[in-house]
This record gives sequence, C-alpha cells and structure tokens, in this order.
Amino acid sequence: MTTDGIGAPLRRKEDYRFLTGRGNYTDDINRPGQAYAVFVRSPIAHGRIRSVDTADAAAVPGVLTVLTGADVAADGLGGLICGWMIHSKDGSAMKAGAHPVLAQDKVRYVGDHVALVVAETQAAARDAAELVAVGYDELPAVADTAGARGASSAVHDEIADNTCYQWELGDQAATDAAFAGAAHVTTLDLVNNRLIPNAIEPRAAIGDYDRGSDSFTLYTTSQNPHVHRLVLSAFVGIAPEHKLRVVAPDVGGGFGSKIFIYAEETACLWASKRVGRPVKWTADRSESFLADAHGRDHVTRAELAIGADGRFLALRAHTTANLGAYLSTFSSCVPTYLYAPLLSGQYKIPAIHAAVDGVYTTTAPVDAYRGAGRPEATYVVERLVEVAARELKMDPAELRRRNFVQPADYPYQTPVIMTYDCGDYEASLDKALDLADYAGFAARRADAAARGKRRGIGFSAYIEACGIAPSAAVGSLGAGVGLWESGSIRFTPTGTVVVHTGSHSHGQGHETTFAQLIASHLGVEPGNVEVVHGDTAQTPFGMGTYGSRSLAVGGSALVKAADKIVAKGRKIAAHLMEAAEADIAFADGKFTVAGTDKEKSIQEIAFAAYVPHNFPGDLEPGLEETAFYDPVNFTFPAGTQICEVEVDPDTGVVEIVNFVAVDDFGVVVNPMIVEGQVHGGIAQGVGQALCENAVYDTGSGQLVTGSYMDYRMPRADDLPSFKVGLTVTPNPSNPLGVKGCGEAGAIAAPAAVMNAVTDAIGQEIQMPATAERVWRALAAAPMAAE
Amino acid sequence: MYAFDYTRPASVADAVAALRSAEDGKLLAGGMTLLATMKQRLAQPSHLIDLRAVPGLSGIARDGATLTIGATTTHAAVADSGEVRAAIPALAHLASQIGDAQVRNCGTIGGSVANDDPTADYPAAVLGLGATVVTDRRRIAADDYFQGLFETALEEDEVITAVSFPVPARAGYAKFPNPASRYAVVGVFVAAVGGAVRVAVTGAGQSGVFRVAAMEQALAASFTPEAIADIAVPAGGLNGDIHASAEYRAHLVGVMARRAVAAAIG
Repeated sequence: MTTDGIGAPLRRKEDYRFLTGRGNYTDDINRPGQAYAVFVRSPIAHGRIRSVDTADAAAVPGVLTVLTGADVAADGLGGLICGWMIHSKDGSAMKAGAHPVLAQDKVRYVGDHVALVVAETQAAARDAAELVAVGYDELPAVADTAGARGASSAVHDEIADNTCYQWELGDQAATDAAFAGAAHVTTLDLVNNRLIPNAIEPRAAIGDYDRGSDSFTLYTTSQNPHVHRLVLSAFVGIAPEHKLRVVAPDVGGGFGSKIFIYAEETACLWASKRVGRPVKWTADRSESFLADAHGRDHVTRAELAIGADGRFLALRAHTTANLGAYLSTFSSCVPTYLYAPLLSGQYKIPAIHAAVDGVYTTTAPVDAYRGAGRPEATYVVERLVEVAARELKMDPAELRRRNFVQPADYPYQTPVIMTYDCGDYEASLDKALDLADYAGFAARRADAAARGKRRGIGFSAYIEACGIAPSAAVGSLGAGVGLWESGSIRFTPTGTVVVHTGSHSHGQGHETTFAQLIASHLGVEPGNVEVVHGDTAQTPFGMGTYGSRSLAVGGSALVKAADKIVAKGRKIAAHLMEAAEADIAFADGKFTVAGTDKEKSIQEIAFAAYVPHNFPGDLEPGLEETAFYDPVNFTFPAGTQICEVEVDPDTGVVEIVNFVAVDDFGVVVNPMIVEGQVHGGIAQGVGQALCENAVYDTGSGQLVTGSYMDYRMPRADDLPSFKVGLTVTPNPSNPLGVKGCGEAGAIAAPAAVMNAVTDAIGQEIQMPATAERVWRALAAAPMAAE
Repeated sequence: MYAFDYTRPASVADAVAALRSAEDGKLLAGGMTLLATMKQRLAQPSHLIDLRAVPGLSGIARDGATLTIGATTTHAAVADSGEVRAAIPALAHLASQIGDAQVRNCGTIGGSVANDDPTADYPAAVLGLGATVVTDRRRIAADDYFQGLFETALEEDEVITAVSFPVPARAGYAKFPNPASRYAVVGVFVAAVGGAVRVAVTGAGQSGVFRVAAMEQALAASFTPEAIADIAVPAGGLNGDIHASAEYRAHLVGVMARRAVAAAIG
C-alpha cells in the first residue's frame, strides 16, 4: 500500500524540471521554418486611425508580411468575445463594444494592437514595426474609473455613457428598510486598486498552419486550451474545431491572465496561414504590462447596518467597476456574479443589495485575476466589519463571532444566491487568535510605542466560492459555457497509469496532487502515475484551471473515472478468482475475495485486461475509463487571517511583523502544496494592500507603471514568515470532500493588512498603503495619546 | 536592441581613440543602465567600447588618508572590501544598498559616476566626501563634477579611471529606496572630513545631487541628529512622482539626514 496518497506532503514531481531549467515552455518550442511576429501598438490612449502606411515596413529585408485591421476585415476574421452575458437591472443586455483582432477604426488604450509584422527574425520584425506609420486623430483619454460614466469622450462611439451595464443583485427595498431601522450604520468609500498580473512567464504563441492536413496548431500560454480552441473556432472562425489543436505546454504562472483569448495569439494563427510558415510571438515584459488583462479596479461605497444588539441587519454596496477598453473573455462576470454573491461573507445578513456599474475606459481590458471578484467582496465586507467594531468599540473578533453563520445553520441560504453547505467559522477564528497570540497584542503594542513605532492588528474572516458550478446554474446567470470537468485514467498493460485531465497546471502541482489521488483511490504509487494536461489532441474536452476548481471539479471527475476502473476491475477479478462479483472487495490496490486469502493486484488485473486470454466473455478488453463531473454546488473555503503591522511614523513605512492564516479547505490532498498556495496568495494579497498599483495618467491615459521601475511587486523582504493552520470541515458537495486553496490567500489578505494599517494609524486610507500615504495620514492627524 | 559595433580596447588610450573615431560611441563598463536602455531601443549607439579588459582600471587601494577605487570596480567589490570597510564603512554600506545582487556584481563605480543618474547612490558619497574624479587627463573635484541631471564635467571623449576619496573622521549614509526600483527616493550622505562637515543628497533634487549648507553648518557645530532636527529642506526644486511627492521627499531628506548622522556616530 502506498503511503503517498491523500494527506501526504509529497514533494512535487514537476519541480525537478522547473528548478533545473528543463521545463518546456511555449518560447522553448521552435517549429521548422518558424517566422517571428511583432505587434505595432498604439502609443496613445484614444484616437481615430486616420491612416496606416506599411510600405516602408514591408520593404525591410526579411519581412514576410505586414497585416492591419483592413486585412482582418478582408479575411472576415471574427472579433474577440466576452463569454458571459450580463443584463442590466432594466433588463437590457450588456453593451459590448466590438473587439477586432487588429484595430480598425479607433485605438482605445495604450498598447492596443494596430498592426502585425511577420519577418524571418525577431530583430527584422522589430525594425519593420518601427516603420509602420500610423496617423491618429487623438481623442480625450478616459482613464478614471469613477469618472468614466460622465466623461465627455466615448470609448465606443455607440456607447455614449461608457456604461456596459448597470447590474444589481438582492432586495433593494428590504435592504433600505433595514438601514432605516438600524441602530448604527458604518459607511466606507473604498478603492480596490488596479493590479497587473505579472506571471513570471510572459504570454507567447506559435501559430502553425499545416497545408498538408489543412489544420492549425496553436502552442500557447493557456490555462484552458480547450476553451481557447472553442472560441477560436466558433467565434473567431480560425478553423473548424477538429482542424485546430491547442497545446499549452509548461506554463509559468497565470493568475487568471492566461484564461483569456487575446488578439496576439489569435493573430499568430491567422498569420501562419497567410505566410505559410509557423509564426511565433513572445511578449516582452513591457507588452505584458500594457496588454495582459489587468485585475480589480473598483470604486465602491459600502454600508453596513447594525442593530442595537450588535447583529448585522443589512449591507449595501454601489460599485463602479472598470472593465477597460474592451470586454475580455470573462470580464463581465467578475464584478457581478463573482463579486456580489460573496457580500454576505461568513455572516448572517438578512438583507443585501449590490449595484454595479461596469464602465469602459481607455485602459487595458480588466478581467479575472487571482480571486476574481471575491477579493473585492471580501475587502468590502471585512473592512466594513472591522470599522464597525471600532465605531461600536467592540472587539472585532467578538463582533464577527456574534454574526457568524453557525454549523447548525447549513445549508445556509444567503440573500445573494449562495447556499453555503458547510464550515465552522468560529473554529478557524479561534485557531487564528491562538496562533496570533491575540491576548498578547496589547503588550506588543505598548512595546512598539516605547520604540517609537505604531502597531496595529487586523482581521479578515473571508469566505470564497470555488469550482463555479453547476453548469445549469451558471448558464441561467449568463455564462456561455458549462463548468464541469473531465478526466480519464488509462492503465498500461504493465500496470502503470496515465491520467488525462481537462484541467491545466500552471504552477499548481497537479502532476503530484492528481497522482496522489490515484494512489489513494487505486493503490498505484504516485511515481507510476503520469498526469497529462494541456493538449486538446490528448485530453478529453475540459474547461481548464481557474477559480481554484481543479481538485474539486477535475479531481472529482478522476474519482468518478477511478470508480469505473474499480467496477470493471471487480468483474475481471471475479472471473479470474472464480468468485461472485458481489464478493469482491477492493482496497489498497488489491481485489480480494471476501472470506478467503485470494487476491489480485490491480496491476495483475490491468495485465489481464490487455492480454485477455482468460477474460469475462461479455467484457471489453482494456482498462481505461473517462468521466465527466458537473458539481452540485460551488465550494466554500473559508478562514481567518490576522495581520499585525508596525508603522514607522517618521517615514510611513509599514512592516508586517506577524501574519496568521487559518484556512478550511476541506480535505487536503497535499498539505505542502496547499501551504505553498497559501503563501503565494498571501504574498499577492499583501502586494495589493501595500505595494502594487497600476496607474494610468488621467490626462494622457499613459500607463505610468509600465515597468518594474515603477510597478512595485512584493518581495521576499516585504513578508514575514507566515504562521498557517488548517481546520477541516469535509465538503459534502463533492466525492473528495475538498474545497480549493489557490486564491484564498489573495482574497483575504488585503482586508487583513488594511485593517491592521488603519488600526495602527487611526485613519482610513486607500490601498496601496504606501509610505507616503501613511505618512500623510499621520502628519494630518498628530499621534493621539495611546 | 539596434545593431552596433563592439570593441574591447586594451588601454585607456585605445578607448579614447575608439571613442573619438566612433560616430556615436558609448563606453561600456557594467552596462546596468546602458544595456537596459538599448534593449528598450531608447539608445542607439554606433559603437560600444568595453572598458572591462583595460588593465589597471579595477581595484581598491589606500594611500594614507586617500582611498582610491578604480573605475571598473564593481559595487559588490566595494561593498565586500575590507579596505573600504576599514577606511570608509559608510561607503561600503552605500555600495551594498545599490540595486540587487546581480546589479552589484556588474555595475561599476565609474559607470555610476559617469552616468550621474539623479537617483543613483554613488553621487551622494562622491559629493558628500568631497571626492576627486580621476580621468585620463585630469582630476575633477566633486563640487565641480556634478552639473545637473545626467550632466557632468566630463568631456565627450574623457574616460574616468578612478575615484579618490579622502578618508573621513566619520561618515554615514541613509537611503529611502524607491520601493519598486530600489534607486534612492532620498539618499543622504553625511561626512566629517578634512575639518568640515559635508551633507549631500541624492534622489531628491531636480538637478541631481546637492549639498545642504544649513545642515552642514549645524553639524559642524554639533555632529548630532538633534542639531539638524529643525532644519527643513524646501520642497521647491525637488522631484515628485507616483512614489514620493516633493513634499514627502523634503520631509525624508530630514529623516534620512538624521539617520545618516546617527549611523556616522555609530
């Protein structure tokens, strides 16, 4: 029996190749006869294209073609789509501006794709790209989220108020009534700062058209190759689906940014047929800053109504969400259905109303980024609760405790769609209080004050929703896709296993986790399990990886496939051991006959299945099963983070001195991988709270933070050693009992950090809490007596 | 990066000759600014003249009250040098705070001083210690050397060979790094040297590194942080950007100056 199954902190099988430079990323792939693409991008935020002159560029030695929006139109290439329909509160459909693969009439953000040069070498393509002369009639930039609706300039001519939709969720009348009767109302104006994903591997693509088979292959940095193929085929019209293969090899981080179907990858495919050569493009880091889909960018007024007994009565939020210049693939659902349904937090709140205005601006498209809507919701709820506790002079832990949904309440229906199925929020809170030594905080604060530092503490009791599903439910909310997952298990004749999954690993460690799952369910050593993903020609159709769904949805599909393997194996074993099928038991990789010492290993059964000399007559040979799994519900990871900071009042510098995260992810397959996901998530959440900020100049619309000289990533020395813990309530909604861990850290941390910072300085400030913002807050209000 | 010609002269004289004959030649030492700029196609030199093979340009030597550092000596070499740590520990500390480990192992003192980036660290030490910039043809006092943003007293074809620092009675450097780039938002070098006190500020000034006379006078009277506690640097003439406004920089000059004095006192 293997000891490396579910629960073992097995070292990641994939790390050898990643850590020794032996990975196989898109840019590592080179196809025979490959040419190179360079994009001509808009240097201005907004303008009409008066002319595009490609003559000088086309004359550069080595240039194969220069393509423009006119060529896109001439070839009838479809535009990029948004796969989730949102309806405004008046019932009208969202207004989606056209998103051509190369700009045709206007440019709408700095970095917008205007033309494409394909040449024998990357250098020649770059030289030529500089010679493409584009004439613009410049229009005013619309770079300010809050001001977009009232701007004088329309990003899309036909959408005069720059408003894609005005959406709402919840019972406004009941919410307003509850506010009218509240003993206390806490109000906050919150900015959820815009972020740039910064995956370590930039986006890349090789479009490869094969005239012999009249088919295309796209090698690309994708979190969901089947979805790429579907969209490129059905909407953009590159080729029929069976004539298009999408391969996503090793992918170096995505955080959501590689879910989407972008212009660049699409254009490489299209161009490869036009030039009859494979066409490769790899983004440089500047392009990643300009043209990867950004994240967050909300401006919100949020209010919490509280009764005299300290119980929450109602919550309302009005959010303006910046969607950027064009609707990216799933951008419409992020500030709506991935956001407002989480506004109940871990609490019983009888009435909730959210209104969201999705607006166009002359900035890069905004879409899902690690957490996607749930960090924004958690920030609203957990900042409100913390500030309410301060205003009511209550212990913030106690106020939360008083309002938690209790274990006896499940299933708990919130006023905003979600049905929570399990959890124990007090257990996570108590464990976090213990790990954080909450009781000792007052003494630590006094000690800090004696050293001239201001110390603060902040909580974030988050809940999130992973494994978005079931398909019928999301379809009713406007999703254009199903959200199930597929998996297949193929035994070889010698008893090793190849697993094919429709999910995709771009840092999550699926090759290890899924192998452990197979070990536990089929008794095969993880070392004898190969996990294959990321190739539409190899894996069954699947939806890919995002929203912390891979284990809960993709893993559950594999469990179903494993059940089928065991069921067939039982028939074979019964035949071989001359027993009734009902008497065959399976455990630890062995089929046994009840009440006897007869046994056959699953490897023996696999051999018999492929060399069926002695085999049940009514059974097909072979041992390979595929399953599709559509969940019955979201999963609801939840937990508590506690952050402690010290502020240097002389400079405003914030130092995180203690950080505790206690999470309930349900059953944990590999605790080491889970802890790594928590660490990375917290780092990104701390990045949002203290460091990162995508800034567009409101006058010119230029991206001010277009490089690491100005975009401030969190670094190792910004972070303390985290104290993490787990509580476990097994998830009743899937066969593994798992929930999802990929985003929780990033979802919870911004509120925890900002609650700590505002506690330390006694002032409200917006993210990121830069040194100057903190210093200014303190300078404006002299230090109060402690 | 645009195409360019590359030469690797064996002497300073050859380097000067190559520079004179090139249409738009650039000297290459560590390349930490130049190569990044070229990669972004923001610079298009016709020739790169690589100084790294020129003998005698690298190294650290102390001669009595003078510490001389060769132009192509890397920041890491200065930071790790026992000679520098013994003579001017504040200078070793400054070098250890430049960029990151990769930058410190490529970037050179001569490159930094020649480039005169207004947010670089070395100009604060050169001006704060009253050092001498030694070139292939003359010796330039620090007070005459720095002439504005990326502007120095160097002739077009002049090559820095070394920087000579007087060993101070005491010195300190305190830096508030840009949180993204780790260049100096404000860096203040203070030194009691040659019977006087010098205070030089990098990162903050619109015209590059500058001295603060009021602080120098106060510290000459009393070399303590308290002596300059009430001296405010006006925000006018200081840089402002998304990381730090001019007002914040003005405030930080005071904080960093006091911390530099505290460091110098030890």
